Amino acid sequence: MGVGIEVRGLNAWYGKNLSLKSIDMSMAANHVTAVIGPSGCGKSTFVRCLNRMHETIPEARAEGSVKVGEMDVYGAGSDPVEVRRRIGMVFQKPNPFPTMSIYGNVAAGLKLNGFHNRKQMDELVERSLKLAALWEEVKDNLHKKSGASLSGGQQQRLCIARALAVEPEVLLMDEPASALDPISTSKIEELIFQLKQHYTVVIVTHNMQQAARVAEFTGFFLMGSLIEYDKTEKIFTTPADKRTEDYITGRFG
Amino acid sequence: MPNSASPSTPQEVSLWRRITNQGATAFAVGAAILVLVPLLAIFAYLVIKGIGSVNLAFLTQTPKPPGETGGGMANAIVGTGLILAVSSVIGLPLGIGSGIYLAEYGRNRFGDLIRFTADVLNGVPSIVIGIAVYSLVVVRQKHFSAFSGGVALGIMMIPTIARATEEMLLMVPNVVREAAYGLGIPKWRTTLSISLRTASAGVITGCMLAFARVAGETAPLLFTAFGNQFWNLKLNQPTAALSLQVFTYAISPYDDWHKQAWAGALILILLIVGAVAAVRIVTSRGMLKGGA
Repeated sequence: MGVGIEVRGLNAWYGKNLSLKSIDMSMAANHVTAVIGPSGCGKSTFVRCLNRMHETIPEARAEGSVKVGEMDVYGAGSDPVEVRRRIGMVFQKPNPFPTMSIYGNVAAGLKLNGFHNRKQMDELVERSLKLAALWEEVKDNLHKKSGASLSGGQQQRLCIARALAVEPEVLLMDEPASALDPISTSKIEELIFQLKQHYTVVIVTHNMQQAARVAEFTGFFLMGSLIEYDKTEKIFTTPADKRTEDYITGRFG
Repeated sequence: MPNSASPSTPQEVSLWRRITNQGATAFAVGAAILVLVPLLAIFAYLVIKGIGSVNLAFLTQTPKPPGETGGGMANAIVGTGLILAVSSVIGLPLGIGSGIYLAEYGRNRFGDLIRFTADVLNGVPSIVIGIAVYSLVVVRQKHFSAFSGGVALGIMMIPTIARATEEMLLMVPNVVREAAYGLGIPKWRTTLSISLRTASAGVITGCMLAFARVAGETAPLLFTAFGNQFWNLKLNQPTAALSLQVFTYAISPYDDWHKQAWAGALILILLIVGAVAAVRIVTSRGMLKGGA
């Protein structure tokens, strides 16, 4: 089951550069929330702050409060490794582990976290690949083929399966379909629709139609600030802020 | 014929391109062949000169006293293996370990210092390393030994392996590391099980190059392993090595020893090629279709 996310007063820096300015945002459990905005507006930085990936970049840091369910992400004694295990992430470019088989890719998060029960692992791998709608295409080559030998769209679904295998509570997706063709994109979108039954999904997207298709809620970011956050329908039909309207009608960005 | 020299005429362009294209291909092929010529020439000469002296006795017996014919280099073959085992035990973990440090943690002054040191160490003449190990190990232990020979060769392996490991790890795309971090895999685990594994083909090549380079070294062994006419399997005793034996026999006044020197050189090359090929076969077996 997914859990809700509460963000309060989140600031993020790259060196001395303040790139997220006191963001407050709540994301409902088992819903899809889209984050849109022009390039460089901080939307990727925002989702990377939710699972503390932001701080893996040299000289990048973040401050503020992020609560994912009961977990205080930036609380004292919070371990970024544990945070990332409970909040899965899918990246812009498919990034399977190139030397591992399909099975190895999906099982990597389990194996490298010390999980060794072979039978349970087989079940988790199958379940994850089915959830990611990839099982039928790869079930005969699980151990024979490398993850890198799949097509781009399949690789991205493999990465989704890999993220799901460690059983996270939240799934962050950073422009997961931007490197894919339309058919693969629609597969990923269908998948996101299915996934919200089990997870809370936050998706960054450049594509406003995509946000309208998959998300119940949409937040519009501009220059590091959250300008407007509401039901997707409201954002795309009657936005409250002029800047939102300008952006969604294509006047900039 | 106006414009005939102008590259804008399609036919002219394609002719010129075909010429440069074929010229460049011919140059590349020629260069590749030129590289092969010395290698094949050396190998052919070794076979011609040495194969006649390679027999069962050569591979199973120790050297005969000066002046007597026959005998072999069995102790030197084993000694070379022993010394290389010691050098690998020292050179592989230290080389790969410092390569990992340089690539994953060494973006700082200390890393630059290590990089510079490694490059200088790579350029230090091997005989200088031999002298250093002589005074640091042999003088203290008060005798020549296989161990000290292994130390000298191990030191020589470190910079090559370290820089190769660093370069190969830096070629692993950062998105691969991010994928691992995103799964909640700790950094040390990511480095060992994801980055190093992704870079393994290149790292192994670097290790093999370092291994092959030191396997034939003679100078650093002159006053460390020293050489031995008899069997020795103890690490703390003077030990024969193929390269030393070839050197000793080649400068001797005996015709039979000259022949054996050629045979020893041939065996040395075959052993190196065999070791490198074996590692390649073993490591490529685990690779997957379509994998990097």
